[in-house]
Amino acid sequence: MDGSAILARLRGRLGARVLETHDHLGDHTAVVASEGIVDALTFCRDDALLRFDMLMDLTAVDYLKFPGREDGPRFDVVYHLYSVAHNHRVRLKVRVEQDAPLVPTATGLWPIANWLEREVWDMFGIRFEGHPDLRRLLMYEEFVGHPLRKDYPIERRQPLIGPNV
Amino acid sequence: MGVGTFFTSKLDEAIGWARKFSIFQYPFVTACCGMEYMATACSHYDVDRFGAGLPRFSPRQADVLFVVGTISHKMAPVLKRIYDQMCEPKWVVAFGVCTCTGGFYNNYATVQGIDTIIPVDVYIPGCPPRPESVIDGLMKLQDKIAAGAQRY
Repeated sequence: MDGSAILARLRGRLGARVLETHDHLGDHTAVVASEGIVDALTFCRDDALLRFDMLMDLTAVDYLKFPGREDGPRFDVVYHLYSVAHNHRVRLKVRVEQDAPLVPTATGLWPIANWLEREVWDMFGIRFEGHPDLRRLLMYEEFVGHPLRKDYPIERRQPLIGPNV
Repeated sequence: MGVGTFFTSKLDEAIGWARKFSIFQYPFVTACCGMEYMATACSHYDVDRFGAGLPRFSPRQADVLFVVGTISHKMAPVLKRIYDQMCEPKWVVAFGVCTCTGGFYNNYATVQGIDTIIPVDVYIPGCPPRPESVIDGLMKLQDKIAAGAQRY
């Protein structure tokens, strides 16, 4: 299925909950409102024409002090979907506010979202509502802060962990 | 009067001489430096000439801990435990700049030098160090062992 047709189908299903769409160099993206993201992902997975059966990646971007988004939502959570059946791709984005970094979980749709969401929580401090086990994935429990946030000081050192260290 | 002293010091020298040619190493290999470690261990450079040819994959049977590669904060407790499990006398070699100082990983994840965790006897800098540097470091360690300069 053509990328613009995928976006049109998403718009037809979600209506105004698709905030904007664009494609850059053939990568088609839909920005979805937070309350519509579970619907959008479920539709993408289950619709016979879309059949996005694979969550390629789930990650986030920190747009702190990004030109044009100084006042806007600070984070984007990004979903990269791929359909093995139809060999097509799409990218969904959700904007996340700094004050309430909370997104509904996708663990019920793709089990891999479990670890990917734990990584996003670890690195960016974005919580996923309904996640069964939202612990840090890469860093250790004693680590304070979220290192991939743009305001995490690059020179900050944290205490060593472990027995008698 | 001097007989006992004379004998003891000579015994120390003999033990040091024996120890320096029977280095059982524990390779704690975490990153790319491991390739250079393997190159050093293989026949072309052949650390077996220095009596360090047999790695032991249990710290309880090893004399020298070779820390080869970047140590992250999450790995630090593991390294500390491995060191604690080794029997005395024991020595530690920091292999490559990551273990010496953190190298170019000046970031949130990497330990800035393993001497913040365990004592180090010989530092071998390089990214990765050439086998010649490794052998140089190994010979310096041998000198240290022969001189009986280990900690108890």
